[in-house]
Formats: sequence, C-alpha cells, structure tokens
Amino acid sequence: MDLQWMAWTWPTALFFAAIALILAAMTAWEIASPTVARRGFLPMETTRGDRLFIGLLGSAYIHLAWLALGDASLWIAFGIAIVWMAVVMRLG
Amino acid sequence: MDKPWNNRAWLLVLPVVAIVAFSAILPLMTVVNYSVQDIFGPGQAYWVGTEWYRKVLEDERLRDALLRQMLYSLAVLAIEIPLGVAIALCMPSGKGWRTSLTLVLLALPLLIPWNVVGTIWQIFARGDIGLGGAALQRLGLDYNYTGDPLDAWLTVLAMDVWHWTSLVALLAYAGLQAIPPAFYQAAKIDGASRWSVFRYIQLPKMRGVLIIAVLLRFMDSFMIYTEPFVLTGGGPGNATTFLSQFLTRMAVGQFDLGVAAAFSIIYFLIVLLFSYVFYTFITKVGTGDAR
Repeated sequence: MDLQWMAWTWPTALFFAAIALILAAMTAWEIASPTVARRGFLPMETTRGDRLFIGLLGSAYIHLAWLALGDASLWIAFGIAIVWMAVVMRLG
Repeated sequence: MDKPWNNRAWLLVLPVVAIVAFSAILPLMTVVNYSVQDIFGPGQAYWVGTEWYRKVLEDERLRDALLRQMLYSLAVLAIEIPLGVAIALCMPSGKGWRTSLTLVLLALPLLIPWNVVGTIWQIFARGDIGLGGAALQRLGLDYNYTGDPLDAWLTVLAMDVWHWTSLVALLAYAGLQAIPPAFYQAAKIDGASRWSVFRYIQLPKMRGVLIIAVLLRFMDSFMIYTEPFVLTGGGPGNATTFLSQFLTRMAVGQFDLGVAAAFSIIYFLIVLLFSYVFYTFITKVGTGDAR
C-alpha cells in the first residue's frame, strides 16, 4: 500500500507510536487490574482512562501555550508536560 | 464508589474501532503529518517543525475568528436550548392528529440541507425581494445584512435558530413523554405549582436528552460552515467568518496545506476541550458529584 499521500516523517511516526504504546499499556493494565474511580485534586471523580485523557489534552495545551508565549526550546515544554502528566495520573 | 469497573467488554467494539481508524484516525494522522511540513504536492514535502503552529498562534485573524465562534456558539445555546424546551412543554401530549402534525412540522426544518437553508435565508432576508428583509425595512428598520455586521450576525443566528431549535424541541419532547404519569399525580396531590413541576420533575427527567442536545448543538455550531458561507460569505468584512470558513480559505483558497493542517489540529483541540468540559460539567450537575 502506497502511503506517500500521508507524508509520514520520523518524528510524527514516533509520536503516534508512543500514543499507541500508551494505549496498549493502559489496556493491559486495565485487564490486569481494573480501575477504581476516585477523586483527587480534579473537580470530579475520575478513572485511570479519564486521567490519561486529561493529562494528554493538558500536555497538548502546554505545548501550544509554550509556542504561543516565546521562542524557548520545546523540550522544556515537553518536560513540563511530563511532570503534568505524572501529577494528574498520581494525584488527579 | 468502591466497585471496580471491568472494561473487557470494550474488546467487542474493536470492529467499530477498525472502521473509525480508516474514516477518522488515518486522516487525522495525515493532518498531523502535514502540520509539520511544507506541502507542495505528493512526495514534495519539507520538514518545518513547529513553524506553522507558531504562525497560526500569532495570527490575529485566528483569535478574532475563535472569539466570534465562541460568541456564536454561546448565543446559539442560550437561545435554542430554552426555546426548544419551551416548545416541547407547549406541545400536545399523547396520541392524536395534533401530536403527529406538530412532530411533522417540527421535523421539517431538520430535513432541509444546510446549503438550501442558506439560500432560503439569503432570499428571505433580502431588502428588495425578501419577505423578512423587506418587511423589516417597511417597518422603518435600517436592516441590511450584507452591509451591517450586526444585521449579518442576527440573520445568521436567526437562521440557525430556525434550522435547529426543532432538534432540541424534539429531544426535550421525547424526554417529557418518558415521564410516568405517577410523578404528575404525586405533584398534584402535594399541590405543587407549575414551576415546581417543571423544576423538580420535568427538568431533572429531561437531563439525559438535554445533555445530548447541548453537546450536539455546541459541536455543530462550533463547526458551522455551509449556512453562513452561503448567506453572508463570511462578511461584511470578516464579521461572520467563523473558524471553519477561515480554515477552508487557508486550505483550499490559498492552498496553504501545512498552515491549514496546524490550524486544524488547534481547532480540533479546542473542540475536544470544550466538549469534554461541557460533557463533564453537565453529567455531574444534579448528581451530587459536582463541586
């Protein structure tokens, strides 16, 4: 199958591979140990999947805000997003 | 809540996931790929990294279009949801020709294609030959939707209300019809006022369908394209240029595929955020789970 029209690049392929890996890992985790909804600092009860979604969406916004606000390296935004993701998954 | 959830049943939805993968996920991946490259044609793409994202985020026209879009969606929800509920409350209940006739009349606007709705309102609102436009001018109002931004806005809003309030009304009506008569009998015995019946019986019982109505109308209005495009073409100036029209101009008009792709991703994230916040808020309100 010719996928030239999709204009793949290595960074975007790695990005989607990482997302797919996260989803596969979450599914395996869910099967091994089903999630229990709980309430953390987020203003509602959340499951593990909810917190992953909120974490990923928040990470996207952190990167966009970083791009909008200055010219500093995007790796710093990536670091902040990792911290945000960990905080949401653990304490959200 | 202590009961653990078992999500193994999700495996049963795998066939749907496969179909969605081809119709939505692959195109979305392509858009992400395009957003980091300068696309000249098949096989002619050059890596630009985050340049298009920076360009889009710094674009004042995008901010203006986003503000207009949010204002428009809020106005649509503020008008259509209460109006739809009010119409549903006034509709005849039970079986009979009155109910059937009302349902058919309400369903009519929903059957008309978007571009035809735009054309109908384009003619209807014209000051020279349009019934609505000419009538307003005869009443002494200086109405001109092609030249006045406020008139254009009100016309686009009126068009949306005309087209989609029926959907809210029909959904709310379905919710009302599902309320068992015992609830009304109990309210009557307690001597509840009309307002109390609405506030404590009808509104909570309509919650499920109203969630769907709000989400559908929000997402639809946030992605509106055809009707304003046909009616005003985004004008006068950019007064009624909403996000999707701005995006189309960029992608099709200027063939700026990379920039348009970056814009699409940002647009997608905005819709995703708003829908999630709306959904979470509405599903928690009244369940004792909202803070």
